[in-house]
Amino acid sequence: MMQHLIVLPVVLPLLTGLFLLRSLRGRTRLKRVLGVTSTGLLTLVAVALLMRAADGEIAYYALGGWQPPFGIVLVLDRLSALMVLLTAVLALGCVIFACGGDDEKGSNFHGLFQLQLMGINGAFLTGDLFNLFVFFEVLLLASYALLLHGGGKSRIQAAVHYVVLNLAGSALFLIAVGTLYGATGTLNMADMAVRLGQLPAERAGLVTAGALMLLVVFGLKSAILPLYFWLPRAYAAAPAPVAALFAIMTKVGIYAILRVYSLVFGEQAGDLAGLEQPWVWWLSLATLAIATAGVLAARDLRLLIAYLVLVSVGTLLAGVGMGSVEATASLLYYLLHTTLVTGGLFLLAEMIGLQRGKAGTRIVKGKPLTQGGLLALLFLAGAVAVAGLPPLSGAIGKALLLNAATPDQQPWLWPLLLASGLAAMIALSRAGSTFFWRSQSGERHGERLPRHHWAGVGLLLATSPLLVALAGPVSDYTRATADQLARPDAVVDALLHDAGDAP
Amino acid sequence: MESLYAITTGVLSACGLYLMLRGRTFPVVVGLTLLSYAVNLFLFSMGGLTTDGATIIDGVRDYADPLPQALVLTAIVIGFAMTAFAVILSMRARGDMGNDHVDGRKHEEREESHR
Repeated sequence: MMQHLIVLPVVLPLLTGLFLLRSLRGRTRLKRVLGVTSTGLLTLVAVALLMRAADGEIAYYALGGWQPPFGIVLVLDRLSALMVLLTAVLALGCVIFACGGDDEKGSNFHGLFQLQLMGINGAFLTGDLFNLFVFFEVLLLASYALLLHGGGKSRIQAAVHYVVLNLAGSALFLIAVGTLYGATGTLNMADMAVRLGQLPAERAGLVTAGALMLLVVFGLKSAILPLYFWLPRAYAAAPAPVAALFAIMTKVGIYAILRVYSLVFGEQAGDLAGLEQPWVWWLSLATLAIATAGVLAARDLRLLIAYLVLVSVGTLLAGVGMGSVEATASLLYYLLHTTLVTGGLFLLAEMIGLQRGKAGTRIVKGKPLTQGGLLALLFLAGAVAVAGLPPLSGAIGKALLLNAATPDQQPWLWPLLLASGLAAMIALSRAGSTFFWRSQSGERHGERLPRHHWAGVGLLLATSPLLVALAGPVSDYTRATADQLARPDAVVDALLHDAGDAP
Repeated sequence: MESLYAITTGVLSACGLYLMLRGRTFPVVVGLTLLSYAVNLFLFSMGGLTTDGATIIDGVRDYADPLPQALVLTAIVIGFAMTAFAVILSMRARGDMGNDHVDGRKHEEREESHR
């Protein structure tokens, strides 16, 4: 059983998703129980995988018994285990929140949600470049449908842009994969790393072209500067639980950048090693600057949070661009914090919007909120965490990142990162005081919020103090993960030179 | 054969790219389809173009690379699904928005709102 555990994060949501896509009209309760149970089980599986990966073992699962490099493999190491667990926890919060009524605004919410989880988990676990493309498509196709859940003009408008851009991105992904296959003759990432070491000089140009095209594709998914324009509108238009789950989607792009460029284009690649570094570093700083302006300019809370997602993308990619083990370790800690907290804020924005009636989440004076006190407290906690103020986890994440910058990187990173925190603080305090203090006239007539909403938001925002309390073990783990990423030959050894525990 | 193949792929992707940058959803969808054709052709050629290669390895030395064929098959299936989705989405956008512009606004309206 233990050896099949690696494939469960893909198979479990697939089976649940397929079952839920059957016509279950009117059986809301069954759908909700199944969706939550499956996500809960996924969390347990992810914890088990994390325990297994924590001692540094690199395990793989050869699908169909075809050994690498010929078959498709799922690879479990510290990074993929961490990402799968993060997805599961975020998804648990989202799906519990959705049970408060959002799932019944359209059809098939829970089924599509599980399929999306399958795509995300698959992308985190796969060790094959083409398989990565396939899982990207699975998660994108589910996300297209989820983005449209509930309908409405703004969603369709945002979805048209999102779908067309991502289809173009997929075409580019295929071209890049094709180029790399043509130059190296393999699609297995570990095998490709080995072959790049022995690459004939005349093919170096082809590989560089392929690698940089891949960077464009991953940049589109993770929303780096010239490719981020789809993000704010899509995230602001998506239904709340979907927007919260989308918080992990940009991280899929960041994960892909980390994985591909540390494993395939690591030290053994010679001249081609680290060829993404300068691009990622400068573009991420520019993303950070633009996103900071966006945070200040946003006039709607959901748009504001979408720009905060963009700030976190810039911050994380700056960590990738720094290219040291310390930077990777601290960016992974920051990634855990920012994904869960921005996800929780999207859910919270929906709750605030529901109680304000017509004014919605626009940052204008409106009717007072029925449950204003509790919402304000949660909003304060979320704002403190996301802006990076002590005592919550954002402060630790940012401090780690600032600390990891080398002296010649500091003049660029420090002012931008600190200014983005200041901008977030200004924008969020303006939004909060408008929502909770300036909106005092008029009657309260918002309905009381279902307890599912409170549970979902509570779960996601409670992870922030938890990350502070467990900062020691968590940062030890991310440190070990970064060490493992810096030694790609361990993966190569485990995959290509061992018999492994294939079924 | 190589140059003909390269020119075909190039022309297809250029047309696809041009159409994809148009303002209305119908040319955009057609452009996406053309682009996916071009990508499929490109994927085919990535194992190197050979003629008279055996499709099944049976002790012969000269065989066609089977992997690109498998990849193209996957890409075609995914491309089909995506195109179907894009068509339905643009129909729905046309219905809900009242026009087929990718921004959901008519050209004339936009001109006015700029003034």
